Amino acid sequence: MIHRRAMLGASAALLAAPRLARAVTVGVTATELKIGNFMPYSGPASAYGVIGRGDAAFFKMMNDQGGVGGRQINYISYDDGYSPPRSVEQTRRLVEQDRVAFLYHTLGTPSNSAIVRYVNQRRVPHLFLATGADKWGNYQDTPWTIGWQPSYRTEAQIYAKHMLEQKPNAKVALLHQNDDFGKDYLIGVKDVLGSRFDSMVTVATYEVTDPTIDSQIVSLRGTGADVLVTAATPKFAAQTIRKVHDIGWQPMHFLSNVSISVAAVMRPAGAERGVGIITSAYQKDVTDPAWADDPHFREWRAFMTKYLPDGDQTDSGYVTAYNCSTTLMHVLRQCDGDFSRENIMRQVANLQNIEIPLLLPGIKVNTSPTNFHPIRQMQLQKWSGEHWERFGDVIEGANV
Amino acid sequence: MSTSQNPLAATLAPVATPARDGVMLRILIVLGGFVAIAAVPIAFASSYQLFQLTLAATYAIAILGLNIVTGFNGQISLGHGAFYAVGAYTTAILMTHFDVPYWATLPIAAAICGVIGFGIGFPALRLGGLYLALTTFAVAVAVPQILKYKGVEDWTGGVQGTFLVKPDAPEFTGLDNDQYLYLFVLVIAALLFLMAANLLHSRIGRAMRSIRDNPIAAEAMGMDIARIKTRTFALSAAITGLAGALSAIAVEFVAPDSFSVELSINLFVGMVVGGVGSIVGPIFGGLFVVFVPNLAESIARAAPGVIYGVILILFLYLLPQGFAGFPRRIGALLRQRSQG
Amino acid sequence: MQGLAHQLVAGIATGGIYASVALALVMIYQSTHHLNFAQGEMATFSTYIALTLINVGLPYWIAFVLTILISFAMGVFIERVMLKPMHNASVLANVGVFIGLLLVFRNAMGWIFDYTIKAFPSPFESDHPLLGGLISGHELGSTAVTLGVLGIVYVFFRFTKLGLAMRAAAFNASSSRLVGIRVGWMLALGWGLAAAIGAIAGMMIAPVVFLEPNMMLGILLYAFAGALLGGIDNPGGAVIGGFAVGIIENLGGAYLVGTELKLTLALGIIICVLLVKPSGLFGRVVQSRV
Repeated sequence: MIHRRAMLGASAALLAAPRLARAVTVGVTATELKIGNFMPYSGPASAYGVIGRGDAAFFKMMNDQGGVGGRQINYISYDDGYSPPRSVEQTRRLVEQDRVAFLYHTLGTPSNSAIVRYVNQRRVPHLFLATGADKWGNYQDTPWTIGWQPSYRTEAQIYAKHMLEQKPNAKVALLHQNDDFGKDYLIGVKDVLGSRFDSMVTVATYEVTDPTIDSQIVSLRGTGADVLVTAATPKFAAQTIRKVHDIGWQPMHFLSNVSISVAAVMRPAGAERGVGIITSAYQKDVTDPAWADDPHFREWRAFMTKYLPDGDQTDSGYVTAYNCSTTLMHVLRQCDGDFSRENIMRQVANLQNIEIPLLLPGIKVNTSPTNFHPIRQMQLQKWSGEHWERFGDVIEGANV
Repeated sequence: MSTSQNPLAATLAPVATPARDGVMLRILIVLGGFVAIAAVPIAFASSYQLFQLTLAATYAIAILGLNIVTGFNGQISLGHGAFYAVGAYTTAILMTHFDVPYWATLPIAAAICGVIGFGIGFPALRLGGLYLALTTFAVAVAVPQILKYKGVEDWTGGVQGTFLVKPDAPEFTGLDNDQYLYLFVLVIAALLFLMAANLLHSRIGRAMRSIRDNPIAAEAMGMDIARIKTRTFALSAAITGLAGALSAIAVEFVAPDSFSVELSINLFVGMVVGGVGSIVGPIFGGLFVVFVPNLAESIARAAPGVIYGVILILFLYLLPQGFAGFPRRIGALLRQRSQG
Repeated sequence: MQGLAHQLVAGIATGGIYASVALALVMIYQSTHHLNFAQGEMATFSTYIALTLINVGLPYWIAFVLTILISFAMGVFIERVMLKPMHNASVLANVGVFIGLLLVFRNAMGWIFDYTIKAFPSPFESDHPLLGGLISGHELGSTAVTLGVLGIVYVFFRFTKLGLAMRAAAFNASSSRLVGIRVGWMLALGWGLAAAIGAIAGMMIAPVVFLEPNMMLGILLYAFAGALLGGIDNPGGAVIGGFAVGIIENLGGAYLVGTELKLTLALGIIICVLLVKPSGLFGRVVQSRV
């Protein structure tokens, strides 16, 4: 027995030794930089898979243009089916087997929640997550994790601010999906209303397994609310828009920007039913005729035509991928050839007023060691019945 | 045993009682096999591969639990993911809120699931067959919703889920954490499989199977069907709950979304593919559940689920005894050929 | 009080959805004594067929009829090809096939039609909501369709020879064979009819909840609850049960348990009915033969 134990111990030590020796610049060789990612390519959330394809195409373009720091980018992306245990499995595969330098643009709040502690313990940079949960900006507890898009909480703060300006004595109805995503809106509205929250707001929730949300809408209307904030995924957003219209309720309606796709929400709900709905944006909308001659969009279309000839050019997922990957390229160039994990995190936390081509004019990417919310600004927009019309200035979320 | 109309029951062709010295040999083979299964991956596999094998072992245990109640006792459950979830959450809550050491949470998780299983066993008695399948399927769909419930949020962590800390390997073993956890899970799996094998070859095991194959005859022979069925359900739930507890330790995270209806379906598919009513079947089932999705992904990225479903149906037609029945099937074919 | 009336009407409207699916479930139970777990997915698939037909330019009602015919053929095909070998197999093997079908249909739909929601047209769309916004033209129309289908099913099983033969085949296969009923084809016919009714249910539901591959997952459970509540062997009972579940769910969600536990409420109904009165409110009590 002692022999076996000793043998096992020795073999463990043998296995561990080379790992330590190479730990300095994991995932980086003289010619290659390895980046890891997971996405729901299968299952109900697989519509988001286009983001992964967009990222991959973008890095291919970068490689054709000479890569970064003299190295080619090797982007490895696996399917996690939007299931947290599989996200853990794929993350360990990327970190331990493929030995990537860092994780990038991993999608989904529950999926990233499952791995956030693992990557922070291992000190693997976990960059620009494709989810809007507010907790990815927590630089104190999870210093290796950083989000990218404006958080749902910031978005809700912006709505609440606008609402107070327009209707200081509003009676608010809040409908949210009963999960991380939905609750961030609740928190954001609370941030702004403070002690007045309880007297001003009635909350209703729904589950993704609910067939309809009719009952919730009817209940909320019964409270006499004149403002409705809807934090719902596309299917339920479309149902809400239609039901609110059909029962003749005309509140000031704020809608989560998760569900503003013209093709997947507004048209199925009935374009005329949604007139007047307010939401927010931080990226240029592919379908907005205002950008038809935008030079950056022309570049983007050229990129799509060359690298993603089958890609649907009205899918905003490809715009997200393009913008986020452009942000990453800024970071990698700033690294100046030093791709150690520590330096990558240093540079990620040191982005100053970066302009990204397909973000709305005036919105800039900013990070610092105490700011892990790269994009904090948005602009409000209103549904005209045909497209979204932006109005007002770029607004920043409350500082809380 | 009566002539059964159940092709899946055929798995249980009575095993010839081996002679005494045969038993010794068997024990040696099993022991040797165990040492090989334990030592080879620990010596050669990467920590990621060990993690996968650890997961496969926990799924194998869960499927063993399911197989006991469904395969051996004929009570169809499509909701065993619920017990898996209860086990996982028990461990997570005990470890994070009460600082109970990981190993001490396991018997508690098993006990809680056992009690719940016993409780569910009673209505299950009256349901039987399709209705039980249906009700447990409904349970599987409702699990995430119940886990998110506000009233228990302080304990469960609500929609956000809860992290737990993976145990450190004891100093004297000289193993790293992944190697240790693999060994730990493997030892528990081995114990449970041995226990199940013993039980199923005992008087109680025969009673369980006779109730599945011919309940009326079993009752006529004086068996207390209700007692055996409810206890089988409790045992099955306890084993699956234990697997859930182990998985929580291995994955270091529990959240409602981890226990969707897909989990229960996976356990069911694993059972069928491994071998319904087979002791070793769940081992294949566990490996299948962990490794086939990655394989399916490389074949058809868009729809690994289609492949999964097709495999399930093919197995039911072509190999109703699952992987476990494979050697026997080949043996039978060869014998036919040599005779014919 | 107005809130209560609104909840009640909303409950009846959703209840109509459950009732139509419950009817399809009862149909297949009547003719095969099985509960098809893939029923919801098959109905959703039929609805996609309908949408495809409408998108190529067919008028709604022609697409409607074609879809029913195609779905009928699909049901018969599945029974003849996939379930025939399973006629003498255990319940477990049958459940396994249903689960396999569920996986194949659900994932294939996601693959072919993707997971984004699609609007599905309604033939009863009115510009103005009726009764002061209480109910929409579609809700009224689809409820009428459900009741119409129920009437046809009732007449079919009660007054036609074929309906009687189907019931007999499901009730006692060997005796039916002795009197000359072709049991295998009766089962296939049952599957075909269930698939056809499922297709109608899908086409009536999709305009309300929007079409996507998982459209039926939640609905199926409520429909099960409704079918059991009314009696799994009684089409009329199942329809009443479906409406009842819709009302209980809405009122319970709004005033009793909160919206977070609606599905759990349905689960509770299933368990209660099975424990207290397994034959449902309107079902016949059948003594199991020994």
